[in-house]
Amino acid sequence: MSDVATQVPARRAVEYRGGGFAPSPRRWVGFMVFAVVILLAEWGTRAGWISPLTLPKPSDVLVTFQDLYATGLLFKHLGPSLSRLFIGALIGVSLGVTVGVLIGLFSYVRSGMVPVVAAIFPIPKIALLPLFVIWFGIGEGSKYALIAFGTFTPTVVATYGAVDNVDRTLIRMGQSFGLPWLSIVRKIILPGAMPGILSGLRISLAIAIILLVAAEMLGAEHGIGAYILEAGSLYDLERLFAGVVILSLLGVLVSAAIGLVENRLLSWRV
Amino acid sequence: MDIIVNSLSHCYGSTEVLRDISLDIPAGRVVCLVGPSGCGKSTLLRFIGGLECPSKGEVLQVGNPPKGSLNPLTFVFQDFALLPWRTVQGNISLVLEDHGIRGAAARDIIGDTLARTKLSDFADALPKQLSGGMKQRVAIARALAVKPAVMLLDEPLSALDAQTRELLMDDLVSLWTRQPFTAVYVTHNLAEAVRLGHKVVVLSRRPGRLREIVEIDTPLADRAAGDAELEKVQKQLWNLMRDEARAADEELVDV
Repeated sequence: MSDVATQVPARRAVEYRGGGFAPSPRRWVGFMVFAVVILLAEWGTRAGWISPLTLPKPSDVLVTFQDLYATGLLFKHLGPSLSRLFIGALIGVSLGVTVGVLIGLFSYVRSGMVPVVAAIFPIPKIALLPLFVIWFGIGEGSKYALIAFGTFTPTVVATYGAVDNVDRTLIRMGQSFGLPWLSIVRKIILPGAMPGILSGLRISLAIAIILLVAAEMLGAEHGIGAYILEAGSLYDLERLFAGVVILSLLGVLVSAAIGLVENRLLSWRV
Repeated sequence: MDIIVNSLSHCYGSTEVLRDISLDIPAGRVVCLVGPSGCGKSTLLRFIGGLECPSKGEVLQVGNPPKGSLNPLTFVFQDFALLPWRTVQGNISLVLEDHGIRGAAARDIIGDTLARTKLSDFADALPKQLSGGMKQRVAIARALAVKPAVMLLDEPLSALDAQTRELLMDDLVSLWTRQPFTAVYVTHNLAEAVRLGHKVVVLSRRPGRLREIVEIDTPLADRAAGDAELEKVQKQLWNLMRDEARAADEELVDV
């Protein structure tokens, strides 16, 4: 008996092996990454191990940016760009959501439109710019058309995917309570597809910004694209980078705006 | 309003799921459909509710639904089917809006049904905040709001844990005792069937045929858990089903 009592089995804590696989937001890390990259560039250009021909000094870019703001040129360029972005994306996204919902609802539209969308999705829309100039003129029309066309296809694909993913039991429930067709679409399918549509919107709007610059490189006097093109052809790297920074900020702002909309509209998500 | 199922058969492609089912569901009674899994009991319920069309046979309504019934045949689903983006009262108002019931009239109905299902304090909660039992009570409240002539319950308690199931069974019994309703109740749980059914219909494994109809005369309110009479019925039902259930379990599923 005493033998057993002295031989107490060793005890140790059970090894923890769960956790992970759940990234959570860390507020300042994003800013830190930007700050470190910019500081490295500043240090490199000042110390001379980055030649001024490869990269402009970030502080010079900032000065250029301040000039741009002080002379009022910033808004002269930003104004037309934003209105092109807004109108073009609005046309593309609203047509895209409409067609996407129709594809999600009707067999004939699906069979007819899905191949069409698949055929126009991979066309680089920039290649069609000359065509749009002939169709819609050299003015604003061709720019709206390019952005609208570019945002249309990704929106369609995201939307019909989202409609397909709406919980069928909810639709059955709607039918079992005798809801009219339009009510089922409006009150069950559209809100149910909203998460997918909004995440598609992130991609579409980023594409819209890319195409905005492309559109403004042809026949635009003002606009961020025109500004960058002009700076690029003069090899004025400070101005080029100032323009690029504006585009990046625009992208961040658009993405943050969608994030806000998501928080408001999708607070019901688990 | 009574429901009559008239020699109904159904195939999905080459798979026969139901064969020659005839059944009547008298007003004011709860009819339980039990059977091994895959015997087509939920399918039969969808035929009764008009969500699917049988290949042969028909489902008949006898007489008119009572005045004021907005949706005579009303489902309660196993997975609740609540809109996650609407609050509890929003989910109930969903089924009233298209009947032009809004504002004060809607608030009266919603308030009344929430009180009957003991949910009054949760009117503004979102489904994600509720437990499974609460969600199913919301679904029951939503069904009551349209004043159904026949309630079609598709395994309403199967997604819930045992304690919640007991509580909800009591709730259903007290709802029925206060105001008897007609119901078809699909379940694979024999305890639920003997507790809630006036008539228990046993289906065979696929293709589902009518095996037996067992009437239980004890009033719903007097049925307690552990009642010897009910235990006997439950045992009898289990004896009917056991071999079928085993055979069904050993069948290969061809999808």
